[in-house]
Amino acid sequence: MKHLYTWSGILIVVFFSVMGDILIARAMKKVGDVHELWDRCGLWTVVGKVLSRTSFFLGVMAMAVAFFSLLFALSWGDVSLVAPAAASLTFIGNAFAAKIFLHEKVDRRRWIAALLVAAGVALLAG
Amino acid sequence: MLSHGMKQTGSVSLHHLQGVILALLNPWVAVGILLLLAFFASYMNALSWADLTYVLPATSLGYVLLALVAKFALHEQISLLRWLGIVLISGGVGFVAGGEASTSHARHQSPFAEDEKDGTAESEVASAASGGAQR
Repeated sequence: MKHLYTWSGILIVVFFSVMGDILIARAMKKVGDVHELWDRCGLWTVVGKVLSRTSFFLGVMAMAVAFFSLLFALSWGDVSLVAPAAASLTFIGNAFAAKIFLHEKVDRRRWIAALLVAAGVALLAG
Repeated sequence: MLSHGMKQTGSVSLHHLQGVILALLNPWVAVGILLLLAFFASYMNALSWADLTYVLPATSLGYVLLALVAKFALHEQISLLRWLGIVLISGGVGFVAGGEASTSHARHQSPFAEDEKDGTAESEVASAASGGAQR
């Protein structure tokens, strides 16, 4: 029963942090190249454009939910399992979500990178 | 830095909200929050011109950097497994850095990036491709 709690906690954390990343990436893609925009219209235009995106706010909210659910998950399970599992599964989940929702071309090179990084993070954070 | 500062201020509870303000006034916590904000700003800047699957592996270099700082500045021991983790992350980042940064802008157009700039970018790519074919 404890395992079920721990893993559902981990999955909730992963779900919301992937959602936050995807929404913020989507907002920034819509804003366009920040450097170019800054050169053309100045810093405050960039800030205004970012802040006027609903997906930016939803993304930040999803990240906040992910943070607080991480705190909950940590109280349900061991730190040595929850922290590395949540961190490394987020990388894999993001690769899937970026392919589906952002239509990024996730080729074999990127899949290998995502898996290597996920394994490395699991080892380092554990 | 955040953890250093929070350890200095001691535990914070809901019943002692002035503890939160005290924590914010701690220079370590304040600098930590500022650095986190700076990280987030540069992360969003990177996302504006590169793919999420390109940027995210690169941010994981932070874990490697953290481990190296812990080793050389704080003189912590790094186990063999952690060294293996460092090697895996570096390898993964090297893998993704070898490819192109953005796939969704030009050839594989994302339905979310629908402003007029992308249209011209796509036609440029098309003309470049046809030029290459003629040569």
